[in-house]
Amino acid sequence: MRIGIPDEAPETRAAATPATVTALLTLGYDVVVQAGAGARSSFPDHAYRDAGAAIGTADDVWSSDVVAMVGEPSPAQQALMRPGQVLIGFLHPRSDTALIEALAARGVTALSMDMVPRISRAQSLDALSSMANIAGYRAVIEAGHAFGRFFTGQVTAAGKVPPAKVFVIGTGVAGLAAIGAAGGLGAEVTATDVRPETAEQVESMGAKFVKVAEVEEVRSSDGYARDTSADYAAKAAELYARQAATVDIIITTAAIPGRPSPKLITAEMVESMRPGSVIVDLAAAGGGNCVLTRPGETYTTDGGVTIVGYTDLASRLPGQASQLYGTNIVNLLKLLTPDKDGELRLDFDDVVHRQMTVVRDGEVTFPPPPIEVSVAPAAAAAPAPVAISTAAAPPDQWARFRMVLMLVAGWLLLSLLLPGGFLSSILVFGLAMVVGYYVIWGVEPALYTPLMSVSNAVSGITIVGAITQLTSPLLSVQIIAFVAIVLAGINCVGGFAITNRMLAMFKRS
Amino acid sequence: MLDNIVFGGYIAAALLFILSIVGLGKQETARSGNAFGIAGMTLAVLATVIHTFTREWNTVGFVLLLVALAIAFTVGLLYSTRVAMTGLPGLVALFNAFGGQASAAVGINSALQVESYPVVSDQIVHGVTVWAAVVVGALTFSGSIVAFGKLGGRITSRPVVLSARWLVMGLLGVGLVGSLAWYLAAPNIWPLVIAHVLGYVFGILMVLAIGGADMPVVVSFLNSFSGWAGALSGFAIGSDLLVVAGTIVGMSGIILSIVMARGMNRSIANVLLGGFGTADSTGAAVAMLDADGNPLQAVSAGADEVAGWLRDADSVIIAPGYGMAVAQAQHPVAELTRRLIAQGKTVRFAIHPVAGRLPGHMNVLLAEARVPYDIVLEMDEINDDFPRTDVVLVIGANDTVNPAAMEAGSPISGMPVLHVWESRQVVVFKRSMAAGYSGVENPLFVRENTAMLFGDAKASAEALVHAVGAPASV
Repeated sequence: MRIGIPDEAPETRAAATPATVTALLTLGYDVVVQAGAGARSSFPDHAYRDAGAAIGTADDVWSSDVVAMVGEPSPAQQALMRPGQVLIGFLHPRSDTALIEALAARGVTALSMDMVPRISRAQSLDALSSMANIAGYRAVIEAGHAFGRFFTGQVTAAGKVPPAKVFVIGTGVAGLAAIGAAGGLGAEVTATDVRPETAEQVESMGAKFVKVAEVEEVRSSDGYARDTSADYAAKAAELYARQAATVDIIITTAAIPGRPSPKLITAEMVESMRPGSVIVDLAAAGGGNCVLTRPGETYTTDGGVTIVGYTDLASRLPGQASQLYGTNIVNLLKLLTPDKDGELRLDFDDVVHRQMTVVRDGEVTFPPPPIEVSVAPAAAAAPAPVAISTAAAPPDQWARFRMVLMLVAGWLLLSLLLPGGFLSSILVFGLAMVVGYYVIWGVEPALYTPLMSVSNAVSGITIVGAITQLTSPLLSVQIIAFVAIVLAGINCVGGFAITNRMLAMFKRS
Repeated sequence: MLDNIVFGGYIAAALLFILSIVGLGKQETARSGNAFGIAGMTLAVLATVIHTFTREWNTVGFVLLLVALAIAFTVGLLYSTRVAMTGLPGLVALFNAFGGQASAAVGINSALQVESYPVVSDQIVHGVTVWAAVVVGALTFSGSIVAFGKLGGRITSRPVVLSARWLVMGLLGVGLVGSLAWYLAAPNIWPLVIAHVLGYVFGILMVLAIGGADMPVVVSFLNSFSGWAGALSGFAIGSDLLVVAGTIVGMSGIILSIVMARGMNRSIANVLLGGFGTADSTGAAVAMLDADGNPLQAVSAGADEVAGWLRDADSVIIAPGYGMAVAQAQHPVAELTRRLIAQGKTVRFAIHPVAGRLPGHMNVLLAEARVPYDIVLEMDEINDDFPRTDVVLVIGANDTVNPAAMEAGSPISGMPVLHVWESRQVVVFKRSMAAGYSGVENPLFVRENTAMLFGDAKASAEALVHAVGAPASV
């Protein structure tokens, strides 16, 4: 199959770089890149050609089997699409239903990069995260550009310079990236989030976490923060007001996918900031976290506070963004091309495929069925691992029930013939099998050798049987029992001793 | 009253055994798991001794008990403290043999003690369980002894298969069934003796036919058998404690066998009934030719060159195999790891489920060399990280890193493998270009990003430690 990479001017990013073209080729695909597609992210056409891609026109690209892009196709581009084609890009299905319907009418299959489920397996294709990371970094650069002072504190011959104070609201991927970048420049960083469990991550990046007083637990079922209660909002507003009066730079990152951004910074708070202060509003695309934000624009208020409302921060680092996005695309195609034969296979039993597909062969498949994701709070700076349970079709439980009933009936017949003592032993045997089964699956593979040697020692329990035979009046029985005790005893003593020796060696770093 | 305490002791011992396995589940609690096991065993033995000798005092029996325990402690402690960690698989097999033999002996004894049965069903149940305990115990013993020999290199680790194997196995089966029928018809010691001997033969033939790299499955399987033998002798003498403990051991062995067999993408039956090398493996020469049909050449590298790559690398993964154990290379490898970590690099180990000769074998060897266990990862945990890895050192592994497993038509097709070739640079420590245990050529060796570091793994690792320089600051 052929993958087309269109020129998306004025978008500065491209959905592939020369390096990711190579990776796509190894998956068995042909790649055609529209002339000039990478120019704005500093990847000239010849670099793509050297990597093995063909350079073509818009028609070449849009007649490909798969089109991978960053944004949404323009009406003119949509007109070039044909049924059966696969489109990959940020399609914003939650807000742009018109586009989804238009794509369905064209009979294509569409996968949206902003629908990647937040599960560990899909992290490598989570383009929202990789773009948020870039946006967080760029937010600090924009702030530094607008801020008329150093970030880092210095003691110079001309006097002492205090470090800039940066306050980050929302510690998702973008917030953490902003914390890292601001900290790296030497600023004093504080941060807050509605999820208090992120404090550990914030602190691991060298910033201070400030908690909203009396936080009620905010659980999210999909890994994203949600709208919070009114009471909480009032308490949070107090905190923001306090911070606004003291800090130099505020970076807000509280964006909720597909919904207007919550208003966190009021006009009064902006007024309370010192002249020369900067607000960078990463939620500007959803209207902004600050009431004074003008989406897409940067301006200075009458009070001398610069508010940066760019909605394209990731595109302002085009080379980096294209590289990460291109890699996300490669990872997605790896998942979609299990046999690495250049044939894209959509499998709706795979939760990642299902969640991302918004249109399949002209049929709208958005919204996808919900999946439950609970973000484990214990993880450190690394992206939180998430557990996932999908609602797979249950196997026919009654078939199993009927089978068990038949077995029970057979067993009852058999038990008529068996002596009583034996029956009770069978009960013990059955229960021990069940317990053993579950307990043993819980053992870490790294401990299989110790498990084996302990269970080996436990199998020396036959020593107990042999001991009871020692009092037999028959000397032959006594001698055999003696031999059995020696053997089983060696098994026990040696097994436990060697296990102990082994386990003593296992050390943490 | 005493009876109650004794019976309570048995119940407590059974629970302690379960807690022992639960404890062994996690690194943090593993040592307490072992302690639970020891406590359970001590309790069980004490309760039994009290119960047996208060009911009927027997001086000869008591003296025999003390002597037997003294021998058991001396021999058991001596073996287990002296053995080198590389001899561990053999020792586990040897202990296993003893356990199996003890079960068979208890079964025989139980037959000798019985004078008459109250009802026929009792006789049948007792007869079958005694017979089964004897057969399973005997084949556990002989099979484990053969495994012990193979693991220690005393017996060839190649599969040895009789030409008329199925005929012999069939005759053995007929003999075993015949011995059971005879024993049930006329309970006496001779059919049991015959069953015992036939069990020996069966165990020997079974394990002889299995090759070295399949040993993790076989050892787990024999471990399981020793448990079932114990449970069966429990049925024979009416001891629920034996049934519980034996069953747990049996399940443990079965589950480990399943895990190991899955690691090779084969069924347990396939492993036990005949392995690689005996089957047709001619479709082997996969992808060893270039586009023009010329044979590809492996590139070899020197220790200095490899050390240079390591110096430039940020992330390194080491994939060890049985070869590392054979060469005793774990200590220099661990030293190399410490030095690389001290230089600020990320170093991790990737362990294939069937690497080595025992389940979890590599983990124990690395632990012995004081490699921290949190950088030793399972295949599934680390397989996706190879594309982001600069250098992979493959030490004494072959089939477990063979990309031919990813393609159809190879004898190892479908076996899960470590995707080492996805990293930037692979270095394979190897004595020569010989094929792995499965007899399958390994196209990994001739890939562009693979270099061979020929020579003994231990010597190579030591040379690397030297070339990397900068002693670890411990």
